[in-house]
Formats: sequence, structure tokens, C-alpha cells
Amino acid sequence: MIKKSTLRAVPGYAFLGIWTLFSLFPLYFMVVGSTNTSQDVLGSRLIPGGALFENAVKLFKAQDVGAALFSSFFIAVGTTVLALIICSVAGYGFEVYHSKGKDRVMGVLLLAMMIPFAATMIPLFQVFAKLGMVNSLWAVVIPAISTPLLILLFRQSSRAFPSEILEAARMDGLNELSIFARIYVPTMKATFAAAGVITFMTAWNNFLWPRVILIKNEVQTMPMLISNLSAGYVTDYGVLMLAVLIASLPAMVVFLVLQRAFANGIVGAIK
Amino acid sequence: MDRRLNLTGWAFLAPAAILIVLVNFVPMIQAFILSLQTGRGANLSFADPLWYNYQRLFGDEIFKQTLVNTFIYLIIQVPIMLILAMILANLLNNPNLKAKAFWRTAIFLPAAVSLVSYSLVFRTIFANDGFMNDFLALFSVPPVNWLGEPETARFVLILGLLWRWTGYNMIFFLAGLQNVDRSTIEAARIDGANSFQTFWRVTVPQLKPIILLTAILSTNGTLQLFDESWNLTKGGPAYASMSMSHYLYEVSFQRNPNFGYGAALSYVILILVAVLAFIQLRVGDKRD
Repeated sequence: MIKKSTLRAVPGYAFLGIWTLFSLFPLYFMVVGSTNTSQDVLGSRLIPGGALFENAVKLFKAQDVGAALFSSFFIAVGTTVLALIICSVAGYGFEVYHSKGKDRVMGVLLLAMMIPFAATMIPLFQVFAKLGMVNSLWAVVIPAISTPLLILLFRQSSRAFPSEILEAARMDGLNELSIFARIYVPTMKATFAAAGVITFMTAWNNFLWPRVILIKNEVQTMPMLISNLSAGYVTDYGVLMLAVLIASLPAMVVFLVLQRAFANGIVGAIK
Repeated sequence: MDRRLNLTGWAFLAPAAILIVLVNFVPMIQAFILSLQTGRGANLSFADPLWYNYQRLFGDEIFKQTLVNTFIYLIIQVPIMLILAMILANLLNNPNLKAKAFWRTAIFLPAAVSLVSYSLVFRTIFANDGFMNDFLALFSVPPVNWLGEPETARFVLILGLLWRWTGYNMIFFLAGLQNVDRSTIEAARIDGANSFQTFWRVTVPQLKPIILLTAILSTNGTLQLFDESWNLTKGGPAYASMSMSHYLYEVSFQRNPNFGYGAALSYVILILVAVLAFIQLRVGDKRD
């Protein structure tokens, strides 16, 4: 006999099942599509085909995928490394050297989260244009390396950092910077991982600002490349699905590897 | 605290703080000044009257259309998404649920896909001769020109937003559920409440801070919608699905760039974000 509690669980599983199907289908469509010809993609062939190599040849002939991958990796890695350094130092500074004045500064910085990027984009473009940085990858990195969200994440996590360790290290004559680098950083690996995933994914997937500031085709990013690929009159859907897959993989891999850290990071940030 | 340590603290947070001021607050003020100016390229002068650009916005039919579109997305998509995210989080939070990690990963995975990528996948699926119409044909439904009609184009865009962001918001609710007192849920059960009543009357009220947070983040995101409008529907047909940010980009960086007019448009977005956040905070703060 089926237990009553089992029966009660059925609608829940059904709902999860349907949503999972909906979640995974477009991803499956993308992966399978990259192995099929354009006609087969439009013909709704949902099983893998043999056109992957052919699609790859066409894609690499039509577009400088290597250059776009380089731009995207440069921007994503550069932003992540610099953001982790600058924001962890700041979050630590806000919490460990806590004072009323710093609380007020933090409050003001948090306001920046409410400013839509649209409202700063045109002046930012003018400034970078004046500095001769149109088409420079650094113009994409610099506005993204300091964010209130990341500072907040590090500040909240720093609450768990024991002050006895701090005192002991000071007694031993370590200076403040080496306490940060040698004691704080290794104990906060999980927070660094969470902040790293968030920053990498955001930077990798960024589209509007790179579109504005990177004008030359040689410096286009992967999202820009796939967007341009579909803008022509004739779209080869097999090639497009392969390009979309290549553009999605790095952020998805980073997420899958570090998803636990990511979820914990969010729990830590909103507690 | 001693003076030296206090100064060390300021030194630690200075680089981040200065950068935030330089890339957020300063441009925000510059954009306001710019919104009072007219002219082409670098050749700008103050408008007469000063609010000329704003006045022009009120007579701009395309702007009005993008404003309406953005609010349609906001009013339809955000509530549906938050309710779905809350239900999914509640299901995943059940301690007896099997294969928890699988469900969570599968539902969250869309949030790792770039907005451009998923827009193009949806564009392919909803193409005239694409998968969706082939699928409907199995049920003898005639093909639909999904991206060619205003209503269906907006529908596909909303469906895409639901696909991309529901799992993302679910993670916030899952985190919030960690703080919900399990004993209150058990007490409700013992008092004879069914699962729906328990969820609605006991769990949801305790999630209020997270609902507020996700509502503000989603509102903010919807008002800045760009990638989907650009890549999925190209704003079409005509301007029926174009977002405000998409129009801002067109005004500022395409054809005849007009920075002053664009800046005025960007300030309307800024004011909307501020006003809506203020209303949400007010409503969310009310004790019942």
C-alpha cells in the first residue's frame, strides 16, 4: 500500500519536475543544436547530430572566436582578481577597524547600488573617450572592480573573524597588512569563492557597457560576438548554437564548480 | 580605538570607496548636468529652457511606448516570478525531499547563462519555423508569428525573464527559509492547518524581508532591461517590446547620438528606480 505521506508529496515532485524540464530544455536545445545543421535545428531535431565539427569550422572561419575569448577572459579574470583584492580589503577595513564614521560611509556607498547603470553610462563613456580608452579592455574592467555588494559580503563575513587572533598577531609584531594577508585571507576562502563566482559570472556575461565602449571588432567579447552573429540576414542556427554554447560554458563551469560556495555566500550576506 | 589603527582602517577602505564615488556618484551628477544640455557630440550648450530635454520626452511617442512596455514587464513578470520562486524554495526546503542537490542545481542553472546567450536560444526556439511552432503543430495548432506580433513578442520576453531569473530569486528565498522558525510551522501543522495554509500564513510572513529585497532587485533589473530587448525581439515589432534602456542606447549611441537627450532619459530611469524602491520600502515596512 502507498503511504498517505507519499501521496501528499506527489504534487510537489510534479511541480519540481515540470520546472526542471522547463529550466533544462533551452540548455539541452543549445547543446544539441550545436551538433546539428541549421536545417536540423529549425527542423526541431532534438537528438545529437554529426555537424559539430562542420559548425566549428564555419564559426572559426567567419569570426575571430580566439580574440573574443581572449577579451572575455581578460575582462572576467581581471575584474575578478582586482575586485576580490579591493573589496575584501575594504570589507575587512569596515568591520575590523569599525567606527561610527565608517558606518556612515558604508551607508552612502550602499546608495550606489540603487543607481542604475543607465544613469552613469553616458558620462562614463565621455570620460573614457577623453582618456583615449575607447576600445580598451581596461575601460570595461575599471568600473566593475569596486561594488557595494561585494564590500557588504566581505564586511558581513568579517564579523566571524575572531578578534583574539587579531590581538595575538599584533602581540607577535605582525603589521596590519600582513595580518590581513596571512591570517584573514586563508580563513575566508569560502567568502572569496562566493565573491569570485558572482564577479566572474557578472563580468563574463556583461553586454551593454562593452557594447558601448568596445567599438572595434577586434576587441569584441563573446556575448558581443554571438549577438553580431545573429544580426545578419541569414543566420546559421547550428553555428549560432555552438557559439552560444562556447559563450556560456565558462560562466556555467565556474558556477557548477563553486555553487555550494555561492549559495553559502548568499546565505551569509542576507543574514 | 587608537588613532593609528583607525587611520589604517580608513586606508583599507579608501581605494574601494574612492572608486565607487568616481564611477557612480560623479557620473550621476554629470548625467544630470548633461540632461540640461543640447547639441551634437562634444559641442554642447545649456538648453533653453533648461528642462527642454525632459519636455521633449513627454511628446516622444517611442519613449512612451518603451515606458509602457517596461511597466508591462514589471507588473506581470515580477509578481509571477517571486511567487514561483517562493513555492520552489519552499518545496526544496522540505527535509524529506529526495535528490535535493539535483533539483537545486537544475533550477538555478539558468542564472549562470548570459542574458545574450539565452535570448538567442529563445529567439531560435520561437523563430517562425522554429521548435515552438513545430511542437504546436503536433496538436494541430497553426504556426504563430511569435516575435512578429506585439503581444506574443512581449510574452516570449516575459517567458525568457521567468526562465532566467526564477531560480536566481529562489536561492534568496532558500537562504531566507534558513531563518524561518521550524517550530512555528510544526505548531501550525498540529493545529490542523494544511500545507497551503501553513505556507501562506506562517512561512510567507516570516519571509517578508527577503520578499522586499527580491522585489527591489527585480524592479531595478526590469527598469534596466537591455540584453533581452536587444537580442531576443530587437525591440520589435516596431517598438512594441523595446525596453527603456534599449531606447536609451539607440538615442545615445546610434545614428545621431544625442547625449543630452539620452541623459534626460537615463534620469527618468533613475527617478523611477528611486520612487519604486521608496514605495516598496514603505509598503514592506508596514507592520500588520
